[in-house]
Amino acid sequence: MRREPHVTDEHGRRIRVGELVWRYLLLLAVLALTVGPFLWQLSTSLKGPTEDIYSSPPSFLPAHPTLHNYTRVADTIPVWDYALNSLKVATANVVTNCVGSALAGYALARLRFRGRRGTTLVFVLAMLVPVEGIVIAQFTTMRELGLNNTLIGVVLPGAIGAMNVLLMRNAFRNLPYEIEEAAYVDGADVWQRFLRIALPSVKGTVAVVAIFAFMGAWDDFLWPLIVLSDPSKFTLTIGLNYLHGTFANDERLVAAGTVIAVAPLIALFACLQRYFFRGIGEGAVKG
Amino acid sequence: MATPVRIRRQLSVSPWLFAAPGLLVTGAFVLYPFVSTLVNSFTDRRTLLPGHFVGLANFRELLHDDMFWTGLRNSTLYILGVVPALVVLPLLLALLVQKNIPGITFFRSAFYTPVVASIVVVGLIWVWLLDERGLVNSLLETAGIGRTGFLSDQWLLLLSAMAVTVWKGLGYYMIIYLAALANVPRELHEAAAVDGAGPVRRFLSVTVPAVRSTMVLVAALSSVAAFKVFSEVYLMAGPTGGPAGEDTTLVMLVQRTGTGLTGRVGYASALSVVVFVVTVALMLLVLRADRRDES
Repeated sequence: MRREPHVTDEHGRRIRVGELVWRYLLLLAVLALTVGPFLWQLSTSLKGPTEDIYSSPPSFLPAHPTLHNYTRVADTIPVWDYALNSLKVATANVVTNCVGSALAGYALARLRFRGRRGTTLVFVLAMLVPVEGIVIAQFTTMRELGLNNTLIGVVLPGAIGAMNVLLMRNAFRNLPYEIEEAAYVDGADVWQRFLRIALPSVKGTVAVVAIFAFMGAWDDFLWPLIVLSDPSKFTLTIGLNYLHGTFANDERLVAAGTVIAVAPLIALFACLQRYFFRGIGEGAVKG
Repeated sequence: MATPVRIRRQLSVSPWLFAAPGLLVTGAFVLYPFVSTLVNSFTDRRTLLPGHFVGLANFRELLHDDMFWTGLRNSTLYILGVVPALVVLPLLLALLVQKNIPGITFFRSAFYTPVVASIVVVGLIWVWLLDERGLVNSLLETAGIGRTGFLSDQWLLLLSAMAVTVWKGLGYYMIIYLAALANVPRELHEAAAVDGAGPVRRFLSVTVPAVRSTMVLVAALSSVAAFKVFSEVYLMAGPTGGPAGEDTTLVMLVQRTGTGLTGRVGYASALSVVVFVVTVALMLLVLRADRRDES
């Protein structure tokens, strides 16, 4: 409990110490509930083969911390290959989503053409279609294209999310027209106006799209589970499920695997959380 | 040189060039699969065999398929279990992290960690926590309550999966509520406080009405998501859906029926159509309730 004689809220009012105490107590309790399970997993992954991981009462700190389980995961499944596959898929998703939705969003917000309303409607409708309802048809579509069991097949359905197109459209619409008009008068064509003027003004939204695209692809489970059948092509989430199914009796191993899968994401999130919260707030407000 | 012809071509073609990648991906991988799901639901198509038109046969078969009713029951129960918790708890959490006291940014981000983590990681963590010999059970035993088979009993397993869904969703909806709470006028609270309303009273008569439309939004989002639940139950119950498949959800059934080399694409499409219809109905229901209240 920190003693801050002048703790004030966002309106500059003083908060009483008593209220502050119970606020922090509640915050710590929720912290234990939300972050505790991750720490328990981390602790399990660091416990050695001779340590009892089932003890009662449970011991929260490993007696002799070891990284042995992490090397064992790599011996059991090609976990680094899976991580690389996930990285490829997530990176591709970031690039296609940023480029594709910026282009389409710009056309919808700033260009006049016959069929613009129809095009907007296509993206709105696509946003409403639940992925879970079309995965089987996506699977047969991929088969027709010969892309089942490839990483390209994992990337394609989510390559340009309709939601992201609409997010970019809103961002472009909120820009004042004047800046582009000046460039137009100076003879800049539509690509120059897009690249040099409009796009740099919506960097924040592009960042949000990038973060969501990365996390969405890195975390996705149902679609890669359906499209990938060859273990050498697995992404990390599918590999983990496989590890769990095959070596379920060794919790230390599964724990180490999950830590490998979640650590990079938590690190990324910690670095970018400011953009992240802004993005969700914006998305929620705009519906 | 910018001839009039060139200008006109640029004006008419380039918008389509801008929109083309998005339209192509959306058309090929969302709208076409959507239409083909509808079409396939009237055929007996299999993964490797082209189908024939069979009319409503798939839908008639659904009515007599015990697994379908199990899936529909579990997906519906999921809404009943998860939605009230996800409408209320994140709001309380948002109130808790709303005040800018020292360190609050850390708490906000920390509470968001379960949202960021992959559902597979989350599922496996909870499988381990709720294991017969896992942390929750050893804490229960230490407390003298005794061990419970969270993952071996049909109903406890479903309840545990719901708890995990709520746990993972808390942070997400908390942020949505935070955005809504920021728009609640401070004066309303002050006026209520002057009138002698305590914190609970102010919560019920000031905060709740002010964020009501956000509560409806959260109810809509979480009920649609709950109905389509797949990963949590798949990971905690296993691919076949727990004891005697009793914990299978509708989307698990779609995945199980429609994939693999012998997948019954036609039948799985009929199941998917049910998922669509219920999802759209839920959205309309919640949004309609919202409008009626406002008028």
